Amino acid sequence: MISRRRLLQTSAVSAAALAARGVPAWGANAPGVTATEIKIGQTMPYSGNASAYGTIGKVELAYFKMINEQGGINGRKINLISLDDGYSPPKTVELVRRLVEQEEVAFLFQTLGTPSNSAIHQYCNDEKVPQLFVATGAAKWNDPKGHPWTMGWQPNYQTEAKIYAKYILANKPNAKISILYQNDDFGKDYLIGLKAGLGDKFERMVVKEASYESTDPTVDSQIVTLQGSGADTHVTAAIPKYAAQAIRKIYDIGWKPTHFLTNVAISVGSVLQPAGLEKSQGIISADYRKDTSDPRWKDDAGYKQWLAFMQKNLPDADLKDNNYPYGMMCAMTMAQVLKQCGDDLSRENVMKQAASLKNLEMPMLLPGITINTSATDFAPIKQMQLQRFDGKSWELFGDVIGG
Amino acid sequence: MTSVSETAAAPGTRQIAGLSLTRWRAIGIVGFLAAACVLPFFLSNYHNLQLATVVIYAIALMGLNILTGFNGQISLGHGAFYAIGAYTTAILTTKFGVPYWATVPVAGVICLVVGFLIGLPALRLEGLYLALATFALALATPQLLKFKPLDPWTGGVQGVLLRRSASNPPWGLPLTRDQWLYFLCLAIAIPMFWAARNLIRGRTGRAIVAIRDHPVAAETMGVNIAIYKSAAFGVSALYTGVAGALGAVVVGFVAPESFPLFLSLSLLVGIVVGGLASISGAIFGAIFIEFVPNLSDELARSIPAIAQWLLGFTPSVAEQAATAAQWTIYGLVLIAFMYAMPTGVAGFIRLLWSRLARGFGEGG
Repeated sequence: MISRRRLLQTSAVSAAALAARGVPAWGANAPGVTATEIKIGQTMPYSGNASAYGTIGKVELAYFKMINEQGGINGRKINLISLDDGYSPPKTVELVRRLVEQEEVAFLFQTLGTPSNSAIHQYCNDEKVPQLFVATGAAKWNDPKGHPWTMGWQPNYQTEAKIYAKYILANKPNAKISILYQNDDFGKDYLIGLKAGLGDKFERMVVKEASYESTDPTVDSQIVTLQGSGADTHVTAAIPKYAAQAIRKIYDIGWKPTHFLTNVAISVGSVLQPAGLEKSQGIISADYRKDTSDPRWKDDAGYKQWLAFMQKNLPDADLKDNNYPYGMMCAMTMAQVLKQCGDDLSRENVMKQAASLKNLEMPMLLPGITINTSATDFAPIKQMQLQRFDGKSWELFGDVIGG
Repeated sequence: MTSVSETAAAPGTRQIAGLSLTRWRAIGIVGFLAAACVLPFFLSNYHNLQLATVVIYAIALMGLNILTGFNGQISLGHGAFYAIGAYTTAILTTKFGVPYWATVPVAGVICLVVGFLIGLPALRLEGLYLALATFALALATPQLLKFKPLDPWTGGVQGVLLRRSASNPPWGLPLTRDQWLYFLCLAIAIPMFWAARNLIRGRTGRAIVAIRDHPVAAETMGVNIAIYKSAAFGVSALYTGVAGALGAVVVGFVAPESFPLFLSLSLLVGIVVGGLASISGAIFGAIFIEFVPNLSDELARSIPAIAQWLLGFTPSVAEQAATAAQWTIYGLVLIAFMYAMPTGVAGFIRLLWSRLARGFGEGG
């Protein structure tokens, strides 16, 4: 039974909401929500330069299909409309407008790509359409004040760089640091993160920065320059191809810095093996996911859960592709938000519940890492764990660290 | 701008239902314009956005058609001019506070100059060699936009975000933002198409076409090939640049990824499908490149259901087939168009009309 006090509170809130917005938004379900269905939308690069990420959309579709077969969430089935934008921002704008205005989806989920999401950032916030768990590592999605309708998911590059900075300050307070970074938002986010992490010590500790273009043939000359600066600690913020070159060159010229390597380039198969496993020994990086190709997780309950899901729903998939656990966990997070929403599927409540995730555990997150959000914190995953390459595989060490 | 070609033979001699072809064309133009003005009020905002995009593509295609269709110079790099136009608008509005409507002519002029300058060295390149050189231009564009010293203006990989509210309808017009932008694009497109038609029909146009058909003969007639070819390049770039500027306003965001090689190729597809060396062809081409990829996508989406029903595919395989199928279907539609209408949609309609006129002529 609803108490009188509660009733009064509710009506006061409704009145306030009405007055503030001029529309009866509170309590009214979002478009796309019926008694049996929640329609949501996303854009994915199924074609074009970034089509390798298309697997994320596929695994999310498969996950919601499984949920629906089990009866949906609070009696409603999830209908995810996943459209191909070819990683082209103008196309993303058009498709998102189609999703919101024609298909009338309740909200957007996991639209992929930094430029694509930048293109719809303002639109979603103007129109008050939740843009949830965007699939990009940029730091700008965590802006609850300026953009209260947008939320990221994975730890961003700045967070990761801050974790390295923390480790350096604790273990090598007198380090002389050099940085190699890709000259774009990805590389620059590491610079920003290191700056934030090292604080006023940045100027003193960082002795040399060098950048490269993603079109350069090699980074050999940059490595030689960085060695010449006398640095004893080195951070590589490079995509796989250049990371492998950097590792090899550093070893070949006899430079032995404490080497931090971006999480983007930690694949044993595509980076460390081409660079040379013995040359990669001792490299430090950070991760938040269980690496699917790491035999250590063979008997892990979370890994087994993921594997069972994959074998049942995507039997042809390449299990080494870490985008599969990524996509599954994003879909699980979404499902949790909708579960928390209960019967109030207004856009306001979806955002509110997305910002009320507490210690949410995921099967393929490293032990100890959980998802947490609040009204002032729109970065669901902020923790990572350091790991060192022992010549064969990555060995986790230390505690889970928050950025 | 009508379904009737501008080069229909001997106006006045052939009649359909008692009216000359010229008269029919006039009726067609008026009808088309009336439809273009009334339609937005019956459509949703999303469809108005699509209509605006069609008008923008039509301007760009008109530009490319002047160069490739009428002058015979193949360009695979017009996406570069589109990008220059778009960035001009984005930078002027966000960094210098220029109102967006004022940036459109500036974008046109900048592209005119750049196009003319690129046209100069291109004079030495004929046919496929020019196609390759402009192809390189299209490839280089996204890279150049990321060029570090230009970062303060171009925003590098982050691109530039235009304020959406800046392009709201002015003077308290009872229009939505999308309707307003559509009418703005239309208001710019109509005089530009009119100018293109006059250009092509006049002395300059004859010189440009003569260069395409027989350069030696044209030169003998006293046509300055160098000037006309460069000018064609410049004017063509101007049109495409204006389209790019309007595109930036409508989309509200520019980034290097917005102007991939595929854009340049789409423009070429547009003029070939629409009809080379035809003014109305630009409109048909624009409709094609805006709607056919979307239709292919929707068709591809319905494949899993059909496949499951017909062939008993497992859903996961069928779903994977669907994501691959979109561009396969696009390709098939393209082939079908080229097979059925080798001279483009405009050429097909021209053929249809002349058959019709002949039929009526014989009957009456």
